[in-house]
Order: sequence, then C-alpha cells, then structure tokens
Amino acid sequence: MTAENRPLSPHIFIYRLHLTTLLSGLHRITGVMLIPGSVLLVLWLWAAATGTEAYATATWAIGSWLGRLCLFGWTFSLFYHLCNGIRHLFWDAGHGFELARARASGLAVVAASGALTLAVWIAGYAARGG
Amino acid sequence: MATRFTLGRVRGLGSAKEGVHHWWMQRASAVALIPLYLWFAFSVTALAGAPHAALLAWVGAPVNAVLLIALIAANFYHGHLGLQVVFEDYVPHEGKRLACLLVSQFLSTLFALGGALAVLKIALGG
Repeated sequence: MTAENRPLSPHIFIYRLHLTTLLSGLHRITGVMLIPGSVLLVLWLWAAATGTEAYATATWAIGSWLGRLCLFGWTFSLFYHLCNGIRHLFWDAGHGFELARARASGLAVVAASGALTLAVWIAGYAARGG
Repeated sequence: MATRFTLGRVRGLGSAKEGVHHWWMQRASAVALIPLYLWFAFSVTALAGAPHAALLAWVGAPVNAVLLIALIAANFYHGHLGLQVVFEDYVPHEGKRLACLLVSQFLSTLFALGGALAVLKIALGG
C-alpha cells in the first residue's frame, strides 16, 4: 500500500459543525491575531515616546478607516480571547464539561465579548467627542 | 516505581518535574493578563483623541508605567507560548518548526524589550 492510498480517519469536515468546535477554533485564531495587534501596540507606544510628530502619524494611521477596522478586530479578538480564556480556566479546574453547560458558557462568552467590545467603542467615541 | 524500565532506574532517569511548565506558565500569564488588559483597554479608551501630552502624562505616571511594562512582558510571553503550540501542531518538518520557534522567541523578546523601553523613556522623561 503506497502512502497515497492508505485509509484515513474521517476528516474534520465530515462532522456537523458545533458551536463549541467553532468557538474552540476562534480561540486559537483570535490568539494568533492578537500577536500583530500587540506589535502595533508596541509601535504606538514607540511613536508616543519618539515625539509629537511620530505620535501624530500613529494617531492618523489608527484614525483611518483601515486603522479603525484593525483596531475593532483587535478589540474583539482581545475580549473574545480573554472571556474564552476564563472559560478555559474553569475547564482546567474541572468545571463545566457537560455538553449543555459547555454550550451555554460558549454563548455567554460570545455575549460578553460582544458587550465588552461595544462598551469600549462607545466609551472611546464618547471620550473623543464623536 | 515498578513500571519503570530497569535501565532508566539504573541511570536514575525519571521525571524532570518540568512536564507542566509550559502549561502552567501559559495559565499564570493568562491570569495576570485578565486584569491588566481590562485596565488597559478602558484606560486607553478614555484617552481616545487626547493630545500627545495627555498620553505622555498617563503612560509616565509610575503605577501606569509599571503596569504597562508588566502587561507588555506577560503579553509577549503568553503570545510566544501560544504560537509555540500552533507551530508544534502545524509545522511537521522539524527543522522548519525549530526555525519558527526561534523566530517567535527572538521577535517576542525584541518587541517586549522595545515596548518596555518606550514606556521607560516616557516615564523617565527622556
């Protein structure tokens, strides 16, 4: 039997997509997305330390539509990864493995991360004055 | 002890007691990052649209500077630990995997140092 025609275990896409599966994947994706976000955070601090002109350039970049889109993605990724991370900590402690509870905590994480993202953006626009 | 191989017992080989180090440090940095990021997100949001001087004053306040450096350190450490697992899962070639891990380790360290230096420069009024 050659390497190509060996029997394979069913591929992941054979199975019906569950909320818990989707959220598990999203935890890793948001985690990876937070890395370029953190790099931009350092660049922003670096610009602020460099001087008023560099900071103005950074502020302009963040304020552009692409900047805001990235910042929105970063905010949501941050809060999702944070909330789902807390869910993981409960699992680490041995709680909430029952299917119904895992689903309910998943929905709670989506609601909480959405609410925190909105809260930060509303507060940001309020502070900025529009 | 009875399940250990004879050769291992003779050589005194056994658990290095470091098996959970990665797992534990990932959790420890995660727990630290929860309050740090909640504080950071809402503090920085309040500074949206603020002039440069206001941001410098906020970053330069001693408590904020210390917390920011702690956040940057925990952030890049946690990020590297996470990326390490991603590379271990998806890069089957050992040489490429090691290269990815080294790049992640070096860049994480560099960006953490860069962030810390920026905060210190502001805090110390350079």
